[in-house]
Amino acid sequence: MASIADTGTLPRAAEFRTCPDTGLKIDLAAEKLIRWNAVVAVVFLAIGGFFGLLVALTRWPAVHLLPAEWFYLALTAHGADVLLFWVIFFEIAILYFASAVLLNSRLAAPRIAWLGFWLMLAGALLANVAVLQGESSVMFTSYVPMQAAPHFYLGLILFAVGALVAVAVFFGTLVIAKDEGTYEGSVPLVTFGAIAAAVIAVFTITSGAIILIPTFFWSVGIISHIDPVMYKVVWWGMGHSSQQINVSAHVAVWYAIAAMVLGAKPLSEKVSRFAFLMYILFLQIAAAHHLLVEPGISSEWKIFNTSYALYLAVLGSLIHGLSVPGAIEAAQRRRGFTKGVFEWLRKAPWGNPAFSGMFLSLVMFGFLGGISGVVLGSEQINLILHNTMYVPGHFHGTVVAGTTLAFMAITYLVVPLIFRREIMFKKVAQWQPYVFGLGVAGISLFMMGAGTLGVSRRHWDITFSDAPVAFDYPGTAFLMMGLNGVFGVLAALGGLMYIVVVVWSVFFGERRTEEKARSEPLLPQDGAAAVATYGSEGTLKLPGTITLVAVFFVAFVLYYFVNWKFLSEVWPLS
Amino acid sequence: MAIHPPEKRIWWNEPLERSEVTWITIAFIWGLVMFFTMVFWHFTGEQNLSNEAYRIHPETFAERTEAMADQYTVREEGDTGIPVVHPPPGSDVYMLARLWEWWPILELEEGKDYRLHLSSMDWQHGFSLQPENINIQVHPGYELVLTLTPEGVGEYWVVCNEFCGIGHHQMVGKIYVVEAK
Repeated sequence: MASIADTGTLPRAAEFRTCPDTGLKIDLAAEKLIRWNAVVAVVFLAIGGFFGLLVALTRWPAVHLLPAEWFYLALTAHGADVLLFWVIFFEIAILYFASAVLLNSRLAAPRIAWLGFWLMLAGALLANVAVLQGESSVMFTSYVPMQAAPHFYLGLILFAVGALVAVAVFFGTLVIAKDEGTYEGSVPLVTFGAIAAAVIAVFTITSGAIILIPTFFWSVGIISHIDPVMYKVVWWGMGHSSQQINVSAHVAVWYAIAAMVLGAKPLSEKVSRFAFLMYILFLQIAAAHHLLVEPGISSEWKIFNTSYALYLAVLGSLIHGLSVPGAIEAAQRRRGFTKGVFEWLRKAPWGNPAFSGMFLSLVMFGFLGGISGVVLGSEQINLILHNTMYVPGHFHGTVVAGTTLAFMAITYLVVPLIFRREIMFKKVAQWQPYVFGLGVAGISLFMMGAGTLGVSRRHWDITFSDAPVAFDYPGTAFLMMGLNGVFGVLAALGGLMYIVVVVWSVFFGERRTEEKARSEPLLPQDGAAAVATYGSEGTLKLPGTITLVAVFFVAFVLYYFVNWKFLSEVWPLS
Repeated sequence: MAIHPPEKRIWWNEPLERSEVTWITIAFIWGLVMFFTMVFWHFTGEQNLSNEAYRIHPETFAERTEAMADQYTVREEGDTGIPVVHPPPGSDVYMLARLWEWWPILELEEGKDYRLHLSSMDWQHGFSLQPENINIQVHPGYELVLTLTPEGVGEYWVVCNEFCGIGHHQMVGKIYVVEAK
């Protein structure tokens, strides 16, 4: 692990191997970095997922597992480990893959990349230590003036600096690939999506540094006061925007899986790239999603910011919502699945966890995470949802059903292609996306249901048993929280299945030799021919995708206006 | 494929297919509809959060709240020692948040307007009025002033829904709504 592939002097004489499955030239230094970032990501998923299970079991009223102090500690650790450390380590692996591997290029400055890796790891461990010591149960958001131990903030700062270093290596690699002419024409669409993610990451990490560095100084007593509203405005420049890194990255992963499993080509490079461009320009401004019911911020700013400037970033997602399933349908129809509206979908490779995970991620991100996000982010509707269970319901639909499931799905390709190991326990792997997906869908829906009934998020005891003023939420709310617990257990089981399969495959799996790659190819051999000409003009009609999109749109419009109706029924306020 | 460079180098001159153009147009218009619904609601809707806010010292806010309580307390809530305050309709009413209570308990008249002032003495708190489910963030050092019109006689509770430490789950306040005199 400590051995470093080169001396870092320019230009590096990189060692390559040729991938027997894809024909891509893979820089061994990049491959090693991808492996280590992915492994560490999975470790943090395991830790964070375990804390998540404890949280779900505590909020299940009939179980109520942890005492209050431990509950808030576990909730803080859960947020930091999965929302930051798991996704960002994995995203760094994706950035190296989308630059060095997809462009046939050497990685820029591997030593610097390792520096980034170690900084991120040290920061993540330090933050975990701070949380486990019990003096930093301030939640993932650490709103001032509540104060954590100094090394909690320091850990996050180190992690952020490390991530920034990794992003710089990604951009450096793009420059090298262009300079050395390792690819023809424009970068692949997946790389383009990764660029969108990386640009947003720079914005995000900078916002994080701007607020966390003074907060660290405040925690050691050098600065006397941090304004709580200002803190939130800048912190959410990191907190919300970092979720947009996830969105860009997992949409890129959707395109990658569709391409690798089915040979699907984008319907139109122009449209898909335009959609990513909308992300770069507008997706990162949604700090207001967390500030809609704060004092001292004007409605004009709230409306402009919360809508990503006239919903132009939502437009990007809606476009991907057509173009990703559309690319799959086109590929399947070319392959001969042309009967009726949905034969292409029925006969999709549902037994391949890379595909099933990707498709479940696509559907659930749209229906659960996407629609609820727009509703929650509407300025006035936020009044009836802010800080209720609806909020975690929404983001478990985006970050868990969307991002995490997509990352799990691509792992089933990364293990054979990059780790060069066969996936072990194939049956478990086949079921894993369904178990995890069903669990997360339940979590997301029942949390949103409880939130609509008013149940507070981040709350240890909704029976208020030792409160001086007695209060009870309605019985249905308790039912919802119980169901959330049940589905939380199911999701944890799905997570465990993933970890067992991945760890066993990576460390003890059968090696994937070149002969094996030839006899059992991972990618479709007719892939290149699957869509005859690139671009939607002249390709097949896509009635299935159009039907799916129409169902989605009707659900979106109805649910959106139902919530305005709910809002209109509460006490007038102005 | 999406993992390879575009087949045609000049991909940006590719004509668009009708179904894609249609969907982009619909999605763009839907975005405009959602955007202007928020703007529109400011003019026609009855639920809009006030933009009136001030910086204030916690002690100043506490003094004003206590002055209101001294003047208009009508009884105590059970054996909790928390005063129940019945200020005149149309007046300025105060509720302060602190570790871990909402103070005091308010008694308001149905259908009357009140200027409600909210602020925190210490950390951030979340004003979550149940079972109405109206949720507003409360900051220390900031005073939010909103006009509120209670509807429906009965008991309402104010839960704290911003995590505020180990006693967070005990922080419950109350608002009574009574018939107008």
